[in-house]
Amino acid sequence: MRSRPAARQLALHASLALGGLLMLFPFAWMLLTSFKGVHQMLNDPTAWLPSPWRPQNYPDALAKMPFGLAYWNSLYIAALNVALTLLTSAMAAYAFARIRFRGSGVLFVLFLATQMVPVQVTIVPLYLILAKFGWVDSHLALIFPTVANPFAVFLLRQFIRAVPIELEEAARTDGAGRWTIFWRIVLPNIRPGLGALGIIVFLASWNSYFFPLVFLNSSELATVPLLLSQFAGGHSAIDYGLILSASAISVIPTLIAFLIGQKKIINAMAASGLGGR
Amino acid sequence: MAAIAKAPARPARAGRWVRTRDGWWAGLFLGPQVAFLLVFLVLPLGYAVYLSLVQWDGFGPKTFVGLGNFTAQLTDADFLRAVWNTTKLALITVPVGLALAVLIAAGLAGIKGSNFYRVLYFMPVVTSSVAVALIWQVILADDDNGVLNSTLRRFGLDGPDWLGDPGWVIVAIAIVTVWSSLGLNVVIFLAGLQTIPPQIVEAARIDGASSARIFRSITLPMLSPTIFFSTVVAVISSFQAFDQIYVLVNPAHNEGARTIVYQVYKLGFKDFQFGMSSAAALILLVLTLLVTLVQFAAQKRFVHYDS
Repeated sequence: MRSRPAARQLALHASLALGGLLMLFPFAWMLLTSFKGVHQMLNDPTAWLPSPWRPQNYPDALAKMPFGLAYWNSLYIAALNVALTLLTSAMAAYAFARIRFRGSGVLFVLFLATQMVPVQVTIVPLYLILAKFGWVDSHLALIFPTVANPFAVFLLRQFIRAVPIELEEAARTDGAGRWTIFWRIVLPNIRPGLGALGIIVFLASWNSYFFPLVFLNSSELATVPLLLSQFAGGHSAIDYGLILSASAISVIPTLIAFLIGQKKIINAMAASGLGGR
Repeated sequence: MAAIAKAPARPARAGRWVRTRDGWWAGLFLGPQVAFLLVFLVLPLGYAVYLSLVQWDGFGPKTFVGLGNFTAQLTDADFLRAVWNTTKLALITVPVGLALAVLIAAGLAGIKGSNFYRVLYFMPVVTSSVAVALIWQVILADDDNGVLNSTLRRFGLDGPDWLGDPGWVIVAIAIVTVWSSLGLNVVIFLAGLQTIPPQIVEAARIDGASSARIFRSITLPMLSPTIFFSTVVAVISSFQAFDQIYVLVNPAHNEGARTIVYQVYKLGFKDFQFGMSSAAALILLVLTLLVTLVQFAAQKRFVHYDS
């Protein structure tokens, strides 16, 4: 970009900053409102700053709902989800990239085609099937049904195809078997792909709402988004300070994690083109 | 997808052993993914087709009704309204959201230090849809405490009851949807913009082309595969919208917020009409497939692929 650089850059910066402020506004409003009491909400709804500041909303929200437990639930479910998805889809990707077998091409297309089915289409039968397994109102319903991930297989297959085949042949001459090659050569060489995919799967699992809403009843099993929606549903619509302090409790740790790893996270989701959707 | 994902080059030559026939190993490596897919996707899909043909409340006997559930849904006022609401949502969010994202991405590509803005725009993408919905619920509320309408009132304007008025609620949902998905589309378009050779832009500039002209004649056409791909994804995801809407507005109290997925959820998990719910879900699947097919057909006419 050359011509009239100074004026151009200034105008661009100004409009992008304005847009950025609009993006930031809801978060800022959440934080400020989370320190307001009901009285202020009633008397002066457009005031920006809390007066008086009411930090008590935070301990109140934490006392009313088991957010600590919900964090643990969300964390370990997402971790298991990531581990299972990465391992099994890397295995499948390896088979599609490196093993010749009958029907490989057709199976791969069928694999990708299943991606077209929205999860909402199968939710009722899935519920009935998981009820037969005895998995309803249990975390198993959140961990296993989302492991099959054709998109992940597709992405990792691209990465595996870029690993030099000579590496594998050298290992083969040294007497390594398929599994050793997969575990010792292929996986370490596709670490960037696994990292990117891991982030995407983690975020999708952490933020998921539909599955917990359908499958969980007990409040001690709730994940963070589910608990948050139950908390908001159970409080008077006017106690925004309390509701938004609960929102802040649920959001701030993820936002901090995002700010620390933002480059990796943004690049991972951009490269995938699909994000968590 | 190929338009966005960087496709690493194929290996120079296929190794002999690495690509020998090895069905047994293939089975072992594919086994887990195939098993999960069969149990949690293929089996439920088949079961959904079966359920859509019967009348069943989960307890009594199943009565075969043929295509009765489908005709019932397609003539049901609630379902048709849900289809219309879903369509309206897509018609607002997809063009507005993508146009804004293209403009912002083009702006970011033209400045130094764009990373800061990229982070700002991306923050809502990593925020859970429930938290997003709650924050906006407070902003859009119309009970004398909502910040948006209270602020408008200060300027003598009377804002609509965003979340309560069936005519306005789709606009409210669209605002929240565009806000929360903007960042993702921006970074995808930024990645697309990076594939445009700077020499072309430079040459056009030397020839005296204005920025607007360059945007229209170079940037947009060269970005069209990415725009096409994002359109498909955006339409499909607005068809499947549920989480944010369900928390933001109570669709049980506001008919304007009832989308197809809400109907599926309500018929299945509130009314226990498993047959009707499955029929509605399969209609959603068919609509998704149809829209995708139409878009791929349109792609041939409007999308410019280089070389």
